[in-house]
Amino acid sequence: MSLIPAWLIARKQLRLHPFENTHGTPVSGQIDVSIALAVGATIPHERSMNLGFDFSLSGANLTALGSGALWWAEHRLLCVSDLHLGKSERIARRGGTTLPPYETRDTLTKLTHDLERCAPQTVVALGDSFDDLGAANALPADERNWITKLQAGRRWIWIEGNHDPGSVKLGGTHMVELKLGALSFRHIATPAAQGEVSGHYHPKAALNVGRRSISRPAFLYDEARLILPAYGTYTGGLRTDSEPIRSLMSAKACAILTGPHPTAVPMPR
Amino acid sequence: MQSLPPQFTRWFASKGWTVHSHQQEMLNRSDAPALLLIAPTGGGKTLSGFLPTLTDLAHGDHDGMHTLYISPLKALAADIKRNLTTPVTEMRLPIRIEDRTGDTSQTRKRRQRADPPHILLTTPESLALLTSYEDAPRMFKGLKRVVIDEIHALAESKRGDQLMLALARLQTLCPDLKRVGLSATVEDPAAIARFMARHPDPCPILLADPGPPPDVQMLRTSEAPPWAGGGAAYAIPAVLDQIRQHNTTLIFHNTRAQAEIFFHNLWLANDDSLPIGIHHGSLDRTQRERVEAAMVRGELRAIVCTGSLDLGIDWGDVDLVIQIGAPKNVKRLVQRIGRANHRYNAPSKALLVPANRFEVVECVAAVEAVLDGELDGEPRGPGPRDVLCQHILITACAGPFDADTLFTEVTSAGAYASLTRPEFDACLDFCATGGYALRAYDKWQRLVQRDGFWSLRDPRSSQRIRMNIGTIQDTDTLKVRMKRNRGGKPLGEIEEDFAASLTHGDTFLIGGQIVKYEGLREMTVEVSRDAVKKPRIASFMGAKFATSTQLSARVQRMFTQDSWPELPDHTAEWLALQREVSQLPQPGRLLIESFPHDGHAQTVFYGFAGRNGQQTLGLLLTKRMEDLGLHPLGFVATDYATLIWGLDPVTDPAPLLDPMALQDGLDTWLAGNAMMKRTFRASATIAGLIERNTPQARKSGRQATFSSDILYDTLTKYDPDHLMLDITRQEALRGLVDFARIQEMLERIDGRIDHRVLRKVSPLAAPLFLEVGRVPVKGAAEERLLAKEAARLMEASGLANLTPPPSDTPRWRVGG
Repeated sequence: MSLIPAWLIARKQLRLHPFENTHGTPVSGQIDVSIALAVGATIPHERSMNLGFDFSLSGANLTALGSGALWWAEHRLLCVSDLHLGKSERIARRGGTTLPPYETRDTLTKLTHDLERCAPQTVVALGDSFDDLGAANALPADERNWITKLQAGRRWIWIEGNHDPGSVKLGGTHMVELKLGALSFRHIATPAAQGEVSGHYHPKAALNVGRRSISRPAFLYDEARLILPAYGTYTGGLRTDSEPIRSLMSAKACAILTGPHPTAVPMPR
Repeated sequence: MQSLPPQFTRWFASKGWTVHSHQQEMLNRSDAPALLLIAPTGGGKTLSGFLPTLTDLAHGDHDGMHTLYISPLKALAADIKRNLTTPVTEMRLPIRIEDRTGDTSQTRKRRQRADPPHILLTTPESLALLTSYEDAPRMFKGLKRVVIDEIHALAESKRGDQLMLALARLQTLCPDLKRVGLSATVEDPAAIARFMARHPDPCPILLADPGPPPDVQMLRTSEAPPWAGGGAAYAIPAVLDQIRQHNTTLIFHNTRAQAEIFFHNLWLANDDSLPIGIHHGSLDRTQRERVEAAMVRGELRAIVCTGSLDLGIDWGDVDLVIQIGAPKNVKRLVQRIGRANHRYNAPSKALLVPANRFEVVECVAAVEAVLDGELDGEPRGPGPRDVLCQHILITACAGPFDADTLFTEVTSAGAYASLTRPEFDACLDFCATGGYALRAYDKWQRLVQRDGFWSLRDPRSSQRIRMNIGTIQDTDTLKVRMKRNRGGKPLGEIEEDFAASLTHGDTFLIGGQIVKYEGLREMTVEVSRDAVKKPRIASFMGAKFATSTQLSARVQRMFTQDSWPELPDHTAEWLALQREVSQLPQPGRLLIESFPHDGHAQTVFYGFAGRNGQQTLGLLLTKRMEDLGLHPLGFVATDYATLIWGLDPVTDPAPLLDPMALQDGLDTWLAGNAMMKRTFRASATIAGLIERNTPQARKSGRQATFSSDILYDTLTKYDPDHLMLDITRQEALRGLVDFARIQEMLERIDGRIDHRVLRKVSPLAAPLFLEVGRVPVKGAAEERLLAKEAARLMEASGLANLTPPPSDTPRWRVGG
């Protein structure tokens, strides 16, 4: 018996195909998103499970998923913000470091999972979907095809963000903002809005539990608005006690911490 | 024998000094390609290093730079400049001396590159930066000697590895360069000689007279130290008494937080208003400089300090060194003791002040070790590859290079002599393309090969590389300022994690004052003065010192004794009490204590396996506890024991230690641990994968930057063979984990476990609660705590009534 873990000694025998993740499941190039799911079929094993944290905004009943995506059941709409796809490519192009070029596939893997779980009819990408337009156009073919497969059989809306202000050569509709029912979707929050869903700030909330501070990306909502956390893998966060988040959110604001069990707390400020 | 020029002899005579024999010897052997001098503090070591330079330059016929002096401290470079300027001025020598550190002005730096001084005093980081410029060959033209001061301190860290790579570069530019190393007393001089000489040049070692043995004792106090506690508050009156009896006292602490608390208490008890200062690395530079200046002028009677005053600066009048808390390491203790009495041939005087009774045992062991002349140290292993990656990038900044030539140059540094070509090529590939299994950066490589030479693809990236030169790993800190209308007085820095745990109105100590947290503005913590008596404590980065194996073995031996005549009564009684309420750890058996404390279930494993071993045990056991649903929250390891706290008590430890089960799923657990992530962050920063400084200010807020943990997770998931993970694992094996030791321990105890279930903390366990370096476990317990705290907050705020809680009966279900 040797306690010395193989992981520390040698990795060679564990080498994976670059398109496989550590679970050995294909994540790229061989995506099989069932169209059947997209038209609202039921998912048996999810039947008795709560999807996330339920709340309402301007009368719309919404669910915050632990992944950082927003689900609006009434319209079968899934909204994700700040994917920042292609970030590593943009940084390298600008003479920065060469970060692990796996963030796009990691983000798409997460998104694929949420799409399989919810089977939305509409997907809203709430801006900063790409780290810049150059990164959008430089996406490798397999990642581009992956997005196309995810779009099949559903309505897909790209909302413009400050990082990607313009159209990209991918399927879907491009909009500055989207109004649906009582809600309006735009990238950056506007001060006087009502029923507004936005992203941009990458909010994260920190909670002191005993001696440790647990900090996670968080949804923020009050009577007037909802701000989504960043969904992309290579994204950081802005604490809720920083400006401008503090001034933007009312005294009654709550933060929903993402994670295995999305949890609401009064927004730390 | 090489004789001194007449003006030197006259000058020495005018001072009433004679040339020490080791100074003469250094002069005689000034032609050696490398020479190492081991001398105690106050032995005229620096002058020994410079005598050959001064005599050579006395003729006034040398053009350009002659001697490069490297010290680990900026302050030391400035101090040496003062000390050298005196003889140079008094002997009217035609020598220009200048220092160059991070604090030197830009204009001055530019001028130095155009018109270098004869003697340049600098630090390893500033030297690395100089070698990154295209005009480096011109600046260093004619360089004859390099003097490396306090080389024992540099040889222990990556700063030294970086320095030696820079010297390899200089040696190519100036083939006749002679190297001189100046070192305090160390356990293995030959290792330092190998480290500093060009491989495979010989490096003779000169040993100066070590001087009389130090006078080191444990401070006797009428009051007994507490069972636990790190403040040593009980000793305040006795320490004040000692300060009164001496000219100047240095009071060393192992951590910045302890220094702050002690200074605070000392100040409260300082009825005679003795001038006492505080000095540590988290204080604002202007504050530190004020203390240093006051000290040089002889205005201070005592300075409460940390490792920031471990090295070099000649304070002159220090006649007592007090060490608060167990010294943990004999070599460092001896070097600290050397800070007292910088006069040659006078014994240094030192007092050890244990902060609690466990430390009494450790202090007694340390005093014995000092008197036995027993020094400790661990061999360092081959040159770290993250430093090599940075060196490759620095080389590229200076201009196109040939890989074969660079490989030859790099392997001339002692630490890298055994570096293989494939290892080198992997580092070069990492610098050029990122080295990923997925070749994504063909178009945007950092380095490209043109006509056989490697160079930067984008010349602008040299600025970013230069901004990130260095190997010192600071934790992320935030500046602390008094809140005023426009930028109040800067006080120092606190760790970002600590800042994150502060809420409005919390109080903490910094620079000896109690301040109140007001808020965070643009990455600065704003505070106001506060008059409360009991602050929350600032958790500064605790440089965690491991007790050396030798000291640890001495302590373990003491535990097996029947009685302890060498210990003060209070401590002998304390050990007897441990025997009564629980037991003392016995060789060949594993003592485990479980008890509730601080709202958590605590379990202590006394494995005596050294810190790396105990840390490994912590990793293994928390994994088993997570598997078994015991909800572990974290652990902390010392050299003797591992303390684990969690939500559920351990009732039967045997299944936890089942070797087969320990191995199951260990790889994943280990890879995901916070400790590995910390190691990764340090190496990835040094290797240039993570840039701490970018031309765009950090001010813009944090959403633009993301945690290095994300990079780590991404790499382990998609590219587990990547060089950075390989380096991380190697670093962990060399300084964090020790599986072999735990395996050996498990075999030795062979199931002989003494499990004591106690109602409260045992005497021996109490000091563990003060240890820094706690490793969090992010498992199921965190989710449970989070849910509970969230529910409490929602209820307290009244928002729970307004918001539908995440109930058991969701209003909406998929397909429902």
